[in-house]
Amino acid sequence: MSARDHSEDPTAKRRITGIGRVLVFVYGVLALAATGRSVFQIIDRFHEAPVAFTLSALAAVVYIVATIALVAPGRAWYRVAWITITFELVGVLVIGSLSLFAPATLGLHDVDPFGRDATVWSVYGMGYLFIPLVLPILGLIYLRGHKPRGAAS
Amino acid sequence: MIEWFTTVQVIVAAVAGVLCIVLGFAGRVPGDVSMGALALVEVLLVAQLIVTIVAPAVGNEPSGSLPEFYIYLISALILPLAGGFWALIERNKWSTVILGGVCLAIAVMVYRMGQIWFVQGA
Repeated sequence: MSARDHSEDPTAKRRITGIGRVLVFVYGVLALAATGRSVFQIIDRFHEAPVAFTLSALAAVVYIVATIALVAPGRAWYRVAWITITFELVGVLVIGSLSLFAPATLGLHDVDPFGRDATVWSVYGMGYLFIPLVLPILGLIYLRGHKPRGAAS
Repeated sequence: MIEWFTTVQVIVAAVAGVLCIVLGFAGRVPGDVSMGALALVEVLLVAQLIVTIVAPAVGNEPSGSLPEFYIYLISALILPLAGGFWALIERNKWSTVILGGVCLAIAVMVYRMGQIWFVQGA
């Protein structure tokens, strides 16, 4: 039995091991941070920047789903993890660029990533130490190396 | 919010975070030092909660939004409990790294709380 066969041992129930747990944990924290902030912004001042705050809430939901998908076993969840993490990468790049170069399209009043309109994706996640930019890349690299049983091409 | 206390809290949480991450990458499972550091961070957060409850009553008002402040504070209070629970179940080095991540996240959150109290809207 080769090492590769061993790593796909059917008795290994859980896909997330080692550093993957740290990844899941950071996703969990980001989900919490994005959810808390967007809920507060929507309750407190939704009218100020409805587009940005709706995107903020969407981002928060996607982070929650991505966190669950990373932990949950099976091929379907593996695909969900791919989709949600790819969505985050696209989101942080597109919204990050818009927030920098065309803040008005998002209804933002300034580009301050710490300001009252700021979202998790503003200026590529600068308000969150660029974790929203780095995390999806790490997540995709991790997923590549951890295909579920039976899904290996 | 008390400025010097908040500064101390950010520094303690950041040091505890780096300590736990170093211990984790050195291969240590969560032990007295890492769990103790986390406990200290949590105790300071509880103290911060008490300060926050008392402060507006004695004329120490936040310049920014108090509800936003509480969202950060309550989230921060939950994190060490979640991380500590995880560390008790998963006895390996990555749990120690996660404890460090919890502490660093709290350092950032307390810094943000300081901004909400002292800078935002001022």
